[in-house]
This record gives sequence, C-alpha cells and structure tokens, in this order.
Amino acid sequence: MILVLNNKIDRSSFELLSKARKLADKASMKLAFLLMSNSKKDVQQLARFGPDMVILAVHEKFNRFSLDPFLSTAKKILAKYSPSIVLAPATTFGRTLMPALAASFRTGLTADCTELDVDEKGNLLQTRPAIGGNVMATIVTPTHRPQMATVRPGVFEIVEHRKDDVQFIEERIEDLSDRCQLISVEPKQAGARLEDAKIIVSVGKGLRKKENVEVAFKLASLVKGAVGASRAVVDARWLSHDHQVGLSGKTVKPRIYIAAGISGAVQHLAGMQTSEIIVAINKDRYAPIFKVADIGIVADAYWVLSELVQRLERESDESGG
Amino acid sequence: MNFLVLVKQVPDTEKVKIDPISGTMVREGLDVTMNPLDSHALELAVSLKEKLNGSVTVLSMGPMNTIDVLRDAIALGADRAILLSDSALAGSDTWATSLALAKAIEKLNIAFDLMICGEKSTDGETGQVGIELATLLNLPVVTYVSELIELGSNFVLVKRSIEDAHEVWKAPLPACLCVLKSVAEPRLPTLAGKKTAMDAKIEIYDTESIGINREEVGLKGSPTRVVKVFNTKIARNCRIYADKDILEGIERVVGLIKAVRDGEAK
Ligand SMILES: Cc1cc2nc3c(=O)[nH]c(=O)nc-3n(C[C@H](O)[C@H](O)[C@H](O)COP(=O)(O)OP(=O)(O)OC[C@H]3O[C@@H](n4cnc5c(N)ncnc54)[C@H](O)[C@@H]3O)c2cc1C
Ligand SMILES: Nc1ncnc2c1ncn2[C@@H]1O[C@H](COP(=O)(O)O)[C@@H](O)[C@H]1O
Repeated sequence: MILVLNNKIDRSSFELLSKARKLADKASMKLAFLLMSNSKKDVQQLARFGPDMVILAVHEKFNRFSLDPFLSTAKKILAKYSPSIVLAPATTFGRTLMPALAASFRTGLTADCTELDVDEKGNLLQTRPAIGGNVMATIVTPTHRPQMATVRPGVFEIVEHRKDDVQFIEERIEDLSDRCQLISVEPKQAGARLEDAKIIVSVGKGLRKKENVEVAFKLASLVKGAVGASRAVVDARWLSHDHQVGLSGKTVKPRIYIAAGISGAVQHLAGMQTSEIIVAINKDRYAPIFKVADIGIVADAYWVLSELVQRLERESDESGG
Repeated sequence: MNFLVLVKQVPDTEKVKIDPISGTMVREGLDVTMNPLDSHALELAVSLKEKLNGSVTVLSMGPMNTIDVLRDAIALGADRAILLSDSALAGSDTWATSLALAKAIEKLNIAFDLMICGEKSTDGETGQVGIELATLLNLPVVTYVSELIELGSNFVLVKRSIEDAHEVWKAPLPACLCVLKSVAEPRLPTLAGKKTAMDAKIEIYDTESIGINREEVGLKGSPTRVVKVFNTKIARNCRIYADKDILEGIERVVGLIKAVRDGEAK
C-alpha cells in the first residue's frame, strides 16, 4: 500500500497515515509513504505514523503542485513498487493527481471516501456518500490493480504509531518537464480554519438576512471558534464557499457544533454529524436537525446567538475587572 | 479558436432511484438538466467564442434523454452538439466514461484549442472524468480554475484557486481546464436561441460507429463495482428546550462553551 503525498503535510495527511497503518496491519500489507517534495524536512514527521518505508522524491519542481512533474514521477515509482492499494488525501492535490494516475494505469478510482476497510482477500472497501448524499455506497475494485482512492479530510482520527525500523529510500529524479508554467502565487489569508476549530457556529437560512450573520462571527471570536454555513447561505452569497459545511463543503468534527437556523438536510449532516456535541437552534420544533442534535433550542436563531454573545461578553467583563 | 465543452446530464438528485442489483443510479424516466457546474464551463466557452470567433462543440455521453440537455446547450450558444449513447455504456464508472469520451473525440476528429470541463458533477460528485479524459488525450490540465485571465493564440493564462493560495498558470494550447463556478455566470437562453435549438441537429453515435469495444465500457469495462448501498442514520437523544425552558437551554450552552473554550474537559 502506498500513500501519495506532496509537501503540504497537514492534518489531512496525518489522518490518512493513521488510517492506512490500521488497514495495512489488518491486511498484513507493507505500508509505504511516497513524499514528493522540494525538501526533506517533513520526512521525520511522516515516520511518526509507522510506515514500513518512506520513499522520497525531492525536486525543486515539487515546490507547488503541477500535474506533469508529479504525474511522471508518481507513475515511475508506482510502476517500480507495484502497490496493490494507492491512497491520497482528497485535497486539490490528491483530487488532481489521482485521476491522472488512475487513467495512466487503466484502473478505477473512488473519490472522496469517508470510510475505508480491507477484506480478507485484500480488497479495499471504499465507502463514500453517493447520489447527492442520500445514501452511502461501498465500492470495490475487484480485478484491477492498483486499487485507488482519495480520502476526505476530517473523517479519520490521528493516531501515532512508533516504529523503529522505518526504511528511508531516496528515489533519484532526473529531468522533469512541465508543459504548464507557474506565473505567480498569492497566498490566501488564513482565517480561523474551520477544520481545526474546537467550536463552530454555523448559520443557515434561518438567520433571515445577511446582516444577521455578523452575530455568528462575534460569537465565534468570543469562543476562539470559526463560522460555518449551510449551502443555502453560500448560494445566497451571505458567506463564501470556504465556510460551507457538508457534502459539497467541508467535513468538520469540532467539540461543539452550533447549527443556527439550519434545517438539517442530509447533505449538511454529511459534514457535521460526527461532531462531539451538537446544539441546534431552530424555530421549527420538527426540523430534522433536532434528530442529530444533543441540545435543541426552539427559538429564533438570531436572538439565541445574540443572547449567547451577551452572556459571554458579560462574563469576560466581570472576570476582566 | 475552437472550444470543446464536456457536459453531463444529471437527474434531479432529490428523486433518484437506485438499481438494487447493480447499485448504480437508474437514470431512465427522470427529468434531467445540465450539470450546473458544466453550464459555467459552457458559458465561459461561448463568451470567449463571441469575442474571438470560432466554435463551441458540446460533447456528452448519456442516455437518449441527454438530447434535451444538448438542445439547451445550443440554445445557450453552442454550435455543435454530439451525443454518445448506447446501452453498452450504461453503468460506466469514471474510467469507462473517460475511455469512451476519449475514443469519441479521436474517432470524430473533434478539433479544439481548449477543452473545458466542470469541476464535478452533482450526481457522480467525483470530479475525475475531466482529468482522466485529459490524461488519455495527453493534454496539459489545470484544475480548480477560478478565472480565465487571457487566451492567446497558443497559450491560456488562468487563475487557480486551491486551499492556501490563488495561483496563476500558463498552459500551452491545446489544453484542458477543469473550472469552478466563478469562471462565468451562465446566461439565460434567448428566444432566438431556443428556436435555433429546436431545429438544430444533434449528432448521435453509438459504440459501433465510434469503434468502441462493448466489453471495454459500461458496467463490464468498469474497474470499480458498487457492492453495497445503505443509509446512515445516526440519531441522538436530543434534549429540547422550548417556550419557558429556552433560557435554561441557553445557560446550558454557555456552560458547555466555557468548558470547551477554557480547556476543561467535558
Ligand atoms: C448534491 C447536493 C449537495 C449539497 N451539499 C450541501 C452541503 O455541502 N452543505 C449544505 O449545507 N447543504 C448542501 N446541500 C443543500 C441541502 O440539501 C439544503 O438545501 C441546505 O443545507 C439547506 O440550508 P438551510 O438549512 O440553511 O436552509 P433551509 O432549508 O431554508 O432551512 C432553514 C431552516 O431555518 C429555520 N428557520 C427559519 N426561520 C428561523 C428563525 N427565525 N430562527 C430559527 N430558525 C429558523 C427553518 O425552520 C428551517 O429549518 C446539497 C444539496 C445537494 C442536492
Ligand atoms: N457522461 C459525461 N459526458 C460528458 N462529460 C462528462 C460526463 N461525465 C463527466 N463529464 C465531465 O467531467 C466533469 C466531472 O464529472 P464527474 O467526474 O462525474 O464529477 C463534469 O463536470 C463534465 O464536464
């Protein structure tokens, strides 16, 4: 089993590395991490997750992802090691490289899996939401190798795995060509990342108007959290797509998820139902969101959020002096 | 400048049924529309054609009712519409779909400078077909394109939006772009457009006319198999605070928030 990674090693990679170790143990497979990067600095970080082998391909072109150089390198390395399973995080990197790799090897690829398992024959059981999130589907690749899948960030736990005899192999990369040329890079400003927030205040159409969304930001900043949104809110352009939680947005798993004025459509639930504590605020006693919530408040969403802000502000005033 | 836009027909996701045996979607007998993301891809192509001259071809693989979607594409400014339709193609996964589309493009000798795909389809949701197809055709690909900055006679300059940055990339033509919604805002069809669409010829091909081996595509030719389809239901025991209890509920939430914010467990 090979995990394909680029130099942006972050949470999503760690989650996948942790899960892959478990799968490899269950199937008695060897686990290798393939790191294509412009430096070796992340190698030790990867070793914390118990690979049998770390394969390193270092080249300055791997500074930022571009399909041509990554594809030609990954193709060569996969051909050399013939893994039976190839996984990558379902980031813009994995979601671009893996289809091209799968097409090159004339094999199948399952996008955006939320659950992975292996059976006794070494088949990878790839589970993902299907048909607009209305159902889950388990997919196998019975006769083609490698079996390939990208894995949705935010669904697996991070578990370290100490291993003493990790083998490091550096693959030599000769000339790499790229038909595309990077002209410039402009970093996006990093707000509180939804994926990392312990508390998420998420807003739906039940906030009634765009101006009312401000109260969610106030609450989020008081609790060092982040603001999420339903698709209806993003479609109405109250917030940008970065905030969207759900099937076609992000998967989150905070300690507390506050769903304010969100009906609880399956597609939204797909992105937040594994949160530790779910608080739902909706004026409709029968809104589906209450079925997945731990605490439900039947009231106006804007009003409840304002109350929460007031109470927390009062607290901090009192303790402050 | 010639454009090829890959459009997919998608069913109304709320009403979809699943074949209990193959585990794939039953597409027959459903109202279909153009995959919303593909309508942004089409608009980008049509608006560029209007500026630079040339033509826009739309290509789709799907059941016969895809004709309606292709007529819509013509009403919106496409010049040529091609449908690849055959019962042998049913149940194709992304590999088999890409293979069939690649063969059609080669066999029909469709010439283009820019191939444009949507980011993903709302039913398949894989976002793989455009990239797999481009790989089979050996085209340079730029994904997550948020804006087309410039289209020159032999290059295209685009902005790409990824997790941590906006990047600007230059790709030689012919190239494939997988585009986000923001590339163009779809127009509404005009009356004249609808008229043109009504009389327009939709070219229809089957596997035989393209020279596709029926074993290579469809369910048979697909490396992946759906083995199980199931519902996930997780229900929690919700404590509801309504009417006179509302303030009590708010107090409880304040308590929880403080516990988490201040790092005391539970
Ligand atoms: C393929 C596909 C993918 C999708 N992906 C996503 C996704 O990633 N994320 C996502 O969120 N959705 C997604 N959706 C859309 C989803 O089906 C819902 O349409 C959407 O989540 C609804 O958002 P909402 O709850 O804010 O709005 P609505 O459905 O309009 O619900 C508003 C809620 O607010 C309540 N309300 C109204 N007024 C008040 C008030 N004053 N105070 C309190 N409550 C009030 C109402 O009772 C209602 O429950 C997807 C759909 C499809 C088909
Ligand atoms: N059957 C098809 N016919 C034509 N184009 C398709 C088809 N399936 C997918 N595409 C194109 O590939 C993109 C990604 O689709 P998907 O991989 O299904 O998410 C779509 O936005 C379309 O541009």
